[in-house]
Amino acid sequence: MTALDTSVRAKRSLAARIASGAAGGALRAFLLVVGLFWLVPTFGLLVSSFRDPTDIAASGWWKVFTAPAQLTTKSYQSLLEKDEITHALFNTIWITVPATLLVVIIGSMAGYAFACMDFKGRDGWFMAVVGLLVVPVQVALIPLSELFGKIGIFGSIIGVILFHVGFGLPFAIFLLRNFFAEIPRELLEAARLDGAGEARLFATVVLPLGGPAIASLGIFQFLWVWNDMLVALIFSDSGSQPLTVALQQQVRQFSGNIEILAPGAFISMVIPLAVFFAFQRQFVSGVMAGAVK
Amino acid sequence: MSSSVAKAGGAGALPPAPSATPRKSVIGTRPWVAALFLLPALVLLGALVVYPIGYSVWRSLYDSGGSHFVGVDNYVDIFRDDQTLIAVRNTAIWVAVAPALCTALGLIFAVLTERVRWGTAFKLIVFMPMAISMLAAGIIFRLVYEQDPNQGAANAIVTSVHDAFTDASVYPKARPAIGSDLKASGGGSFTTKRTAQAGTPAFLPLVGIAPDKVPGSPQDAKAASTGGDKVTGTVWLDFKLGGGGTKGAVDAGEKALKGVKVEAVRGGKVVASTTSGADGTFTLPKAADGAQLRLPGSNFATAYNGVEWLGPALVTPSIIGAYAWMWAGFAMVLIAAGLAGIDRNLLEAARVDGANEWQVFRKVTVPLLAPVLTVVLVTLMINVMKIFDLIYIIAPQPSQDDANVLALQLFLSAFGGQGNFGAGSAIGVLLLLLVLPVMWVNIRRLRKERQR
Repeated sequence: MTALDTSVRAKRSLAARIASGAAGGALRAFLLVVGLFWLVPTFGLLVSSFRDPTDIAASGWWKVFTAPAQLTTKSYQSLLEKDEITHALFNTIWITVPATLLVVIIGSMAGYAFACMDFKGRDGWFMAVVGLLVVPVQVALIPLSELFGKIGIFGSIIGVILFHVGFGLPFAIFLLRNFFAEIPRELLEAARLDGAGEARLFATVVLPLGGPAIASLGIFQFLWVWNDMLVALIFSDSGSQPLTVALQQQVRQFSGNIEILAPGAFISMVIPLAVFFAFQRQFVSGVMAGAVK
Repeated sequence: MSSSVAKAGGAGALPPAPSATPRKSVIGTRPWVAALFLLPALVLLGALVVYPIGYSVWRSLYDSGGSHFVGVDNYVDIFRDDQTLIAVRNTAIWVAVAPALCTALGLIFAVLTERVRWGTAFKLIVFMPMAISMLAAGIIFRLVYEQDPNQGAANAIVTSVHDAFTDASVYPKARPAIGSDLKASGGGSFTTKRTAQAGTPAFLPLVGIAPDKVPGSPQDAKAASTGGDKVTGTVWLDFKLGGGGTKGAVDAGEKALKGVKVEAVRGGKVVASTTSGADGTFTLPKAADGAQLRLPGSNFATAYNGVEWLGPALVTPSIIGAYAWMWAGFAMVLIAAGLAGIDRNLLEAARVDGANEWQVFRKVTVPLLAPVLTVVLVTLMINVMKIFDLIYIIAPQPSQDDANVLALQLFLSAFGGQGNFGAGSAIGVLLLLLVLPVMWVNIRRLRKERQR
């Protein structure tokens, strides 16, 4: 093996090594440029959010490199003084937290039943749930707006939450069922023989063991609901609208509203980005669980 | 699901379910216990997902108000109405281009970052946009694509590259002062009526620019001195803030216009030319004596204003670019994971056999990654069919019809003032039909896993 290695290496002439060194340099330069390219759009909006409206109107955000004194937190201050924005921010929280918790709780109960219980028709029901994974939300917009209208929750936080719970459940059940199925059966059987009820088993064995999967799911559901605009655009009214909807209303007059939109977008991005950086691993494993394994 | 990360994961082709198929329990579960655990989920799924599917199919067969049965008319209209036809066409473009673009970028990034020590940092940067909302991404790119090169970064780059290769026009809005000797002479240029005489400085006053908007840092204009047998003169802004001064004369405080091209024309031919200096003065050689002075149109041509990114022609490609910015990271992470699972000996064997890096990539790496690439493509296709937020946010009102897609059209038909729930439902059902094959493949794969 070693002999082979050296013979292969010996074949690489000096010229080849220089060529590969140059290629490595070009590669690094290319990736550096691409990385910058990926950062610049966000950076531009970030800088804009810290500029005075008159500066924004007068010149591009890149002018701060020559005039750093332009930076100010004025836009953020005046934005957070607007009642409809702070109210919308709270609505986002009031929508996201319950919608996430409900999906995690209801989803893990169902996932547990599908993974660890024996009952008639189990596989059929589970396949039906898997079939629902790809149903587009668009199909439900019209029917649920009529249904919610009839029962009086159209234009309320509850309606928005319910919608997100419904469309979050298939993925939740799928992800958690697959994870719970890997819990050793012997563990569950032993506990059952000891006389533990399913509820106790669920709370004391399955939930603690399912921690990582539940974390992945929770992060996804949280980000999905927090970042949603379409559902809230239709199902909330002016009193219950989240931040995304409140900001969207300012987009039509884009260039005149940058001092609202730029800081607003960043306030709405702070939490998702914090979650992303804090839970990178769970985030990535959630992506994997949904696609390839 | 347009802004949904979770859905991105959930929506695509499924991974194989864990092979640990639950065995029969020794004790067995009492049916009512299982039902209790399942009930909340099944009730909610039934009411919030299954019922809407059925209702949509039924509703799509009725007219906008819901009182008259119209059969498949709503479906026919999707392909007959001009506005929805554009939406159908654009959705097809999106599905054909965006997933392939993201997958290609993801593949390139995944393969290249393997060879760089700071590859993880790079991946983090490219993957990050997945965490933010399509609304935020839309706002970010609306700013990038702003038309004004003084606002939008894309046009700032385009115009500065453009101007580096062509003569930038200097004073697009300037025009001769009323009462001056300069008269329009076609092609945007201005020519003096009188001929220039050596020894008598010419005055070429311009107006039309605010003194504080003169680009650069203009000096005060200076009346040209007599230059012997040469023709001299001054080009300046014959106006100062606060008014005052004599028209046609260089007054103190009036700004010089630097870099204006001045030509001496005799009998329609240019005999000499020069540009004005920092103090606005210019000097032409003796040959210009007795010729007319002309300020050619290139001095006043409208400045190149960059590309109309969000105009009717480019709006869809531009938004696809923003989408790729968001989702290339998704493809990259999945492909990188697939890459990590490849047997390195196969690549090494190909190299030892004399294959170069491109051949190894093309003939070994890509075929080995084919299953992952398929999953990524299918997942992105499903995601792209439902694209809504990005287009709703980035496309300005005048271009919205040109950027239209099915999901946006559904929203506009049903909730955008028309209130046509029949047409909207038909589009919803059409979207569902489009993803049906994937649903079928998912279920079939799951069943196969079970049988093993």
